[in-house]
Amino acid sequence: MLSRVAESVYWMSRYIERAENVARVVGVNNQLQHHLPGLTAEQWDPMVKVTGDEGRFRASYEAASRENVIEFLTFDAANPNSIVSCLTRARENARSVREIISSEMWEEVNRFYLFLHEADAPRRALADPHPFFEHVRRSSHLIEGTKNETMEHGEAWHFSRMGRYVERADQTTRILDVKYFLLLPSADDVGRPADDLQWSALLRSASAFEAYRRAHGRVAASLVARFLLFERDFPRSVQHCINAAQLSLHAVTGTPLRRFANSAEQTLGRLAAEVDYTDTADIIRAGLHDFLDSIQHRLNSVGNEITRTFFAPRGRAGTGQ
Amino acid sequence: MNFDGYDTGGFHDEMFLPDGTPRPEARLLVDRIEGLPPGELLRRHQTAERALLTTGITFAVYGDEQGAERIFPFDIVPRIVSRDSWDPIERGLRQRVEALNHFLQDIYHERAILRDGVIPADIVESSAGYRPECIGLEPPRGIWCHISGTDLVRDRDGTVYVLEDNLRCPSGVSYVLENRAVMTETFPVVFEGLQVRPVADYPSRLLSMLEYVAAPTTHRPIVAVLTPGMFNSAYFEHSFLAQQMGIQLVEGRDLVVEDDHLQMRTTRGFEQVDVLYRRIDDDFLDPTCFRSDSMLGVPGLMDLYRRGRVALVNAPGTGVADDKVVYAYVPKMIRYYLDEDPILPNVPTWLCWHEKDRRHVLDHLADLVVKPANESGGYGMLIGPASTEAERRTFAGLIEASPRNYIAQPTLGLSRVPTRIDQRFEGRHVDLRPYILYGREIYVLPGGLTRVALKKGSLVVNSSQGGGSKDTWVLSC
Repeated sequence: MLSRVAESVYWMSRYIERAENVARVVGVNNQLQHHLPGLTAEQWDPMVKVTGDEGRFRASYEAASRENVIEFLTFDAANPNSIVSCLTRARENARSVREIISSEMWEEVNRFYLFLHEADAPRRALADPHPFFEHVRRSSHLIEGTKNETMEHGEAWHFSRMGRYVERADQTTRILDVKYFLLLPSADDVGRPADDLQWSALLRSASAFEAYRRAHGRVAASLVARFLLFERDFPRSVQHCINAAQLSLHAVTGTPLRRFANSAEQTLGRLAAEVDYTDTADIIRAGLHDFLDSIQHRLNSVGNEITRTFFAPRGRAGTGQ
Repeated sequence: MNFDGYDTGGFHDEMFLPDGTPRPEARLLVDRIEGLPPGELLRRHQTAERALLTTGITFAVYGDEQGAERIFPFDIVPRIVSRDSWDPIERGLRQRVEALNHFLQDIYHERAILRDGVIPADIVESSAGYRPECIGLEPPRGIWCHISGTDLVRDRDGTVYVLEDNLRCPSGVSYVLENRAVMTETFPVVFEGLQVRPVADYPSRLLSMLEYVAAPTTHRPIVAVLTPGMFNSAYFEHSFLAQQMGIQLVEGRDLVVEDDHLQMRTTRGFEQVDVLYRRIDDDFLDPTCFRSDSMLGVPGLMDLYRRGRVALVNAPGTGVADDKVVYAYVPKMIRYYLDEDPILPNVPTWLCWHEKDRRHVLDHLADLVVKPANESGGYGMLIGPASTEAERRTFAGLIEASPRNYIAQPTLGLSRVPTRIDQRFEGRHVDLRPYILYGREIYVLPGGLTRVALKKGSLVVNSSQGGGSKDTWVLSC
């Protein structure tokens, strides 16, 4: 397929996944408010930190109030990672490859975009956040499901899947990181009731609470971290995402797994191996935040190598033969 | 809603006779619409518009910073064309496109029609669409104008005239296909019992034509649509047609000339392209041949084309026939090349470079429509009866300064079709653009794009100036 088209499909999916996860991050707070009444506005601070856009936020807003954070993360067109910005770019990418994605899929992307641009959307997001962010998540799922059921599972589909999972791996580390920022003032209250509720809220916002319960029952910090990082069968865990991205990458190139023929396969393969052979206890000892940070950097390199290998604009780009 | 009190206003109405009774071919449709429960038509209309917005059948509005897209306004009352009235149109269009193709081949080769003095050579050579780079060009299968979108209008007395030929990159066919799809989905009941000729096979016919003009290859020809990109106002159509044909939509930056072939950059390296349905103007095709500042085209493309390594649809150089002065000679071309009488007449046209014509035009500016010879989209026109003294003075100056570039035509009373305006029907002026494919044979899409001037009394149907569209039903019995 055309390099330009592959790139657009890949980014379309990354942006949709990113939009979904912004809704999830906002959802952590909604969860906390349900279960921990009495939380104050301070809790909105971590939401900004975790997205990595703190500087941009400080430049345009005075306080991390609920209104400001929701506006910034959801509707602010000047924030490139707001839900509206993500959808604008996702739709732009979708528009540039309309002939490749199915009509049904395009229509779902377009519906999602139009939903965010309804005149009273900002009012509704503040007045009644739960159904609004629920709708954002559902729209993303609808796009994904429609894609899987209406588009042939060929090269374009694999590039889209690569984009989805690389982005999701990154976003799951960020959801997990919310906990680090919440705990920063007092790092030694592990096991207290508030802590239990906070970890549960994290699991819920990653749609992981029920699956976690079935696997482990009680909520414990190290087990939650292990679940969101390493639970092979859970579709939002970092390991699952990396493996899925790797399968699609190798499906595109035809290179057997555990071998590499280009820098994208090499970088992603190394990351997969490291995640495979890391133990939760080591991570907790060395510091969860630093580990999450390093995963984010590695995923960034993976993205760069995918770009270099497949989307580079000149010459006989391709699979590296 | 019913048609009580509907006034044909002294124009030819496509649905009603002057005495207010429905035309025979429209009787069933009128009954259907009047039989709908109150509010139903409006409800269906809203459903249809929502469907168009969700599908993203929009055009970009140039100059809008937000990158706003609008839907092309759609009216739910279709335009009906009886078989008897369609038949001469179809034959007339075939005849016209055949003659125009002869003309293009001739002016870039033998120049017989110019030598014989049927058309002055300097008119052809001074046309904005004439391309000396195309002299001696041999397009595959001898076809130049593969796709045309001829604009037709009907005057008060019912005569159908050709207004423009549009041999470059006529757009709008996607609206024809989508309007029909939306109508059948949202309003299936009105089709019952009517034999409406289908239009949905247009993409297959287009693809067959594109494959037909490919140079002989060992593989199935690779065809691609070349678009200027997603910011072009017709981008929706480019992607729609590529999707419907199942072929690649490419931009100039995806293409490169290498190994003596046109290649596209893919994730697995280069892949050869055999046929390019290009939706960019001649000027931008190849910076080494035409405009050197073009970022949209492919350096070296014309050289490949000249050597038959790739086919271009339409061929470069066809724009000469879109010159409104050249247009005036098409009836003569038909007689010259085909030895036949034209089936469809031209609108009577005064050519300002003729001294006698020019004097007539200048004396009758208030009654005539004056058009620049090489503009499209309804820009730069003077509509005499609606003009001010000052505008007429300006145009008189323009005509005197460059008579070659102006023509004038009588103001036609374009036919009308009932159109839903709030809770009632009012007559609105329409034109018709059928699409013609020239491949193994000449195919005319039954119907085409009916554009409607939604503003009361307006004669300008262009989408950029307040026009909308209607589904067009050609009946097969």
